[in-house]
Amino acid sequence: MLLARVLDGRMASLYRAGKIYGGVFLGKGQEALSASLGLSLRKGDVFGPLIRDLAGRLAFGEPVLDVVRTHLGSALGPMQGRDGNVHRGRPREGLLAMISHLGAMISVVNGALMARRMKGDRMAVGAASVGEGATSTGSFHEAINQAAVEKLPLVLVVANNQYAYSTPTSRQFACADLLERASGYGVQGTTVDGTDLSDCLKGVGHAVEEARRGRGPQMVIARLLRLCGHGEHDDAGYIEEPLKASPLGRDCLQVAQDFLARQGWAFEHEIRNWRREAEAQVEKAVEEASREPGPDPYREDWCALASKHLSQVYLQPLG
Amino acid sequence: MSLTYLDAIREAQRKALATDPRVYIYGQDVGEFGGAFKATRHLIKEFPGRVLDSPISEDAMVGSAIGAAIEGQRPIVEMQFADFSTVGLNQIVNQAATLHWRTQVPCPVTFRLPCGGTAGSGPFHSQMLEALYAHFPGLIVMTPATVEDAYSMLLEAVAIEDPVVFCEHKFLYYHLKADALPAAALPSGKARIARPGRDVTVVAYSAMVHEALAAAAALAREGWEAEVVDLRTVKPLDTDTMIASVARTGRLLAVGEAWPWGGVTAEVVARVASEAFELLDAPPQRLNAKDTPVPFHPDLWTAHRPTAESIAAAARRLLQL
Ligand SMILES: Cc1ncc(C[n+]2csc(CCOP(=O)(O)OP(=O)(O)O)c2C)c(N)n1
Repeated sequence: MLLARVLDGRMASLYRAGKIYGGVFLGKGQEALSASLGLSLRKGDVFGPLIRDLAGRLAFGEPVLDVVRTHLGSALGPMQGRDGNVHRGRPREGLLAMISHLGAMISVVNGALMARRMKGDRMAVGAASVGEGATSTGSFHEAINQAAVEKLPLVLVVANNQYAYSTPTSRQFACADLLERASGYGVQGTTVDGTDLSDCLKGVGHAVEEARRGRGPQMVIARLLRLCGHGEHDDAGYIEEPLKASPLGRDCLQVAQDFLARQGWAFEHEIRNWRREAEAQVEKAVEEASREPGPDPYREDWCALASKHLSQVYLQPLG
Repeated sequence: MSLTYLDAIREAQRKALATDPRVYIYGQDVGEFGGAFKATRHLIKEFPGRVLDSPISEDAMVGSAIGAAIEGQRPIVEMQFADFSTVGLNQIVNQAATLHWRTQVPCPVTFRLPCGGTAGSGPFHSQMLEALYAHFPGLIVMTPATVEDAYSMLLEAVAIEDPVVFCEHKFLYYHLKADALPAAALPSGKARIARPGRDVTVVAYSAMVHEALAAAAALAREGWEAEVVDLRTVKPLDTDTMIASVARTGRLLAVGEAWPWGGVTAEVVARVASEAFELLDAPPQRLNAKDTPVPFHPDLWTAHRPTAESIAAAARRLLQL
């Protein structure tokens, strides 16, 4: 959580300094939910993250260097400059590389789970996260229905952060509570307080466990408020003041730190040390990635097919 | 033994399922029912658990096939009609087509699209979408015109590491027959000379190959020898075979059942014109369906798409240029 906040912040500062290729999309205020999902998954599970899931990615094992390399355009990143930033992933290691089209990753997680089942692996869980805006897409509805029909161990986490880009929930859906959607599909659903790490860990952890025990797809709806704009280019002037002042507007990181302090599990100086360690780790990655070469258009093979022979022989004149 | 084009598609799937445990079939009504056109009839009995009925969710059907492919499976997705694949278009062109280039993880999914017109099918059960999919890098688009190719190309589609859009023509399902399945075939990406000739090259694919062959027979009675080139795959497109044919005939007519705007025939003409202009004795021509949605009434439908008669007429005009 803390590492994600620090890393996100560093990417944002590099963005403002003009050092980043493409955009920077922060998960500020969503780290508790996202980290809970990443922590609840195990190696061997499948995770289809979304733009604000840096915390979950790191908790699932994504190297900090992958994050920095894609943002700084290093050729050594997992996408080699062919795709970047939030779209990065390592599908072979269970971390799917998202496409921009909202809702489209959920059925991909479903398919990975169907494949696992066909191969006899009944222990893997698949998780996908979306924002409340993505719940309006046809993709979302097709995929949750598919998961329910196939009784897949899918955990679908919905971060209701009150705005999809600038569109408030009132213009996104007309049901009183997104949780109603779960029962409509024959899916178990729970709600968590997305500003509260312990609540997230409990709710998301339970959903992952239920899925692993063969109870079918699980849906977790988290209520929270995005503490930043859609991306670093967006000043978020549309977020209403009363919402910011409400309990929804709490910073999940602060809530978690206060909780640790109250329980006597971590003193303030320890938390400061953790932050410094996170900063050092991020700085090291930034230094390393900054020294690395970018992708070379002359070395790029410009071949979209895995079947290179077809591409080489018959598509070449297209250049 | 007599096999139809549809039998060939079923036999190819049976063989793929039997030889590769990673293969499975997913689509609407493909299980007990055997598919809307019976292309998967009885397969579920032989391969329980590997022929799965899907909900009516083309987006999720394609998305899940991609997820399974990432995990090493080789799904065959049957679209009930090619027309409905547009609901899964996003997943096909943005997810499947880009996956390997972005991540180096291949995406070996076969999308079976029963396409093309039959009388009385109308605007939503007749479309030819090969040009649409061929437009996107990362997809292979096959358009088999014979029983033999339906069989061998489908097997190759499943074996290939890339996503393949397999455009099987509904009109050919029952109309074509062969005595036996082929043991070997031309590789995909290779066009075939369906009929040799010296006066004009007619490039066609899918059901239009047979219309072109009938046109060539009519022209032969008038003393003209048309060479018919069957493209077999429209992406990749075998420019060499087309140009070699034009070198023999000096004239090119590209025929497609799809619409005229852009598309495969435009690509054929553009390639031959830009790479072998000096071989042409006359301006290259194209013949396509009319630029309207596909009509319902058989009389309108017959006039909408190219036929042996309209191809022969176009060839005669071209021969006089
Ligand atoms: C299908 C689709 N339409 C539009 C967009 C453009 N878009 C990107 S993010 C976004 C808002 C997403 O809102 P939400 O799902 O609530 O997630 P949040 O950004 O609030 O975390 C939009 C409209 C997209 N990526 N995909």
